[in-house]
Amino acid sequence: MPRIDAGFYDIGRLDTLASQDTFVHRLDPRAKVLVTLVFVVTVISADKYAVSQLLPFFLFPILLIVLGNLPFFYFVRKLLMLLPFVLFVGMFNPFFDRAVMLQFGTVSVSGGWLSFLSILLRFALSVSAAFILIATTGFTAVCMALEKLGAPKVFTVQLLFLYRYTFVLFDEGVRMVRARALRSFGSRGTGIRVFGQLAGNLLLRTLDRAQRIHMAMQCRGFRGEIRLQRRLTFGWPEFFYLTGSVLVFVLLRLVNLSQLVGNIFLELL
Amino acid sequence: MHMADALLSPAVGGAMWAATAGTTFYCSRKLGQELDDSKIPLMGVLGAFVFAAQMINFTIPGTGSSGHLGGGLLLAVLLGPHAAFLVIASVLTVQALFFADGGLLALGSNIFNLGVFPCFLAYPLIFKKIVADCPSRGKLLAGSLVAAVVSLQLGSLAVVVQTTLSGIAELPFAVFILLMQPIHLAIGLVEGLATAAVISFLWQARPELLAPPVCGAPAGKHGMRPILGGLLAAALLIGGVFSWFASERPDGLEWSMAKTSGGREVEGPASDLHRSLARLQEKTALLPDYAFKKGPENKEGPGTWGSPKAETTVAGVVGGMLILLAVVLGGLLLKKKQKMSRVD
Repeated sequence: MPRIDAGFYDIGRLDTLASQDTFVHRLDPRAKVLVTLVFVVTVISADKYAVSQLLPFFLFPILLIVLGNLPFFYFVRKLLMLLPFVLFVGMFNPFFDRAVMLQFGTVSVSGGWLSFLSILLRFALSVSAAFILIATTGFTAVCMALEKLGAPKVFTVQLLFLYRYTFVLFDEGVRMVRARALRSFGSRGTGIRVFGQLAGNLLLRTLDRAQRIHMAMQCRGFRGEIRLQRRLTFGWPEFFYLTGSVLVFVLLRLVNLSQLVGNIFLELL
Repeated sequence: MHMADALLSPAVGGAMWAATAGTTFYCSRKLGQELDDSKIPLMGVLGAFVFAAQMINFTIPGTGSSGHLGGGLLLAVLLGPHAAFLVIASVLTVQALFFADGGLLALGSNIFNLGVFPCFLAYPLIFKKIVADCPSRGKLLAGSLVAAVVSLQLGSLAVVVQTTLSGIAELPFAVFILLMQPIHLAIGLVEGLATAAVISFLWQARPELLAPPVCGAPAGKHGMRPILGGLLAAALLIGGVFSWFASERPDGLEWSMAKTSGGREVEGPASDLHRSLARLQEKTALLPDYAFKKGPENKEGPGTWGSPKAETTVAGVVGGMLILLAVVLGGLLLKKKQKMSRVD
């Protein structure tokens, strides 16, 4: 519960971040959604043992964090909160794949450790890309971009509804849980029967609310779609941002930049 | 349990995205045909309800721990499979974007794993069949329990299959499945109990709300054929085409076979029929055999595509560290500059 709780107050934080006005925030949401997708796919498509090849990809999140004026350590904290599942599945790699792949003098590193490291890097890159997308774009804009990119209208419209009413219903849920906690001693009243009544009541209120919302919206001319005033413009900045990023990602995927820089550096020595 | 980007290969992730996108379009079209625009706000608000209901936890009888509602099956009961699938997809989209549960590439798999099984298998084929036309408390409980357990078992099985097919994690199929299924049996039981509690409350308080989805409408009215066809196509796509890319390493089953038998592969009985069948299979199989790793000491090189050989030199590591250092320093400098300019 504390996790969901904290997660929800975080939505507010991410929304505040998204309402800033920087170069990154001003870009068309479609460009940002597409660049994020290409980024995730290139990172994920890297070889299973890729470690050094993935490091240059950190350029993208760090650049956006700086340009978008986002709090760096906040993202690090969010990453750490999500680590357990990946860690749980990935930590078996060193046990099952013991073929030596890397030799540092007397220390030998097995393929399992390399692929484990690679999983952690993939995780950090792909998850931070998702957070940065929402923190520089905002949810409404992402929904608009999805619709313009071809997602079904029914889907995006109810996605917007879901987002708006999440906060209202969440507050109701919190109040209910608090009221129950104040009235229950020890484990009394926290059983499944009371849960059913609480959640059921919340559900009834939700259904009534949906009906009221629908009537109110019909009064305002709702015909199954939400009309937004904000216009999307896909201009030159978006074009350069999209093509530039895609080019860089593909290049980084094909050429091992770390290897190149390392070679030059060692030769200089 | 959410699938994660870091464990997916692009082929598996892409295939699951395609399957999910197809189902989403199919469901949207189906809803568009019904064209009842009061359903759209209802769907959105019920999605929000699922989030809020996850706040309310309860103690699980017999144990000290607590659980909460997942919501997939409940949505299917309240909204019917098509609308419920879209709501589950939206809930997971919000989770992927704001909590980064899984990630963007894994979103396809997550929607598939947590949406398709409860909406298109467990609800119409199990819940509806058990509850039938007229619900009673016992029937509702039994239906919810069985449906929730089945859909969560299938969902976790799908996570294991997708992870194994991706070949990023080395965890053998057999071990992974032994870890995942029992956990999800417990989760499924809790989910079933919670769903039953909410539905029976609703049935007592406002039986008419349950009337259209539970009573009345005959089971199996929702066209299952296109969905099953889609599932089959997705399975064929994954099994037949994408396994080209999957992995040159033995999968968990082969791995444990090699371990136990000590040999390359289990030798078939030496009858003529077997031999000719084996020959036929070799001819028709897309991948005659995986390149085999004989034992842990065998230093078999990694896959042929990508060039991981480059990894084996020190230069790569040194260069990577340098770049990371440069990026971090550059970022710090830029940040400082921005702060200075803001102060001015």
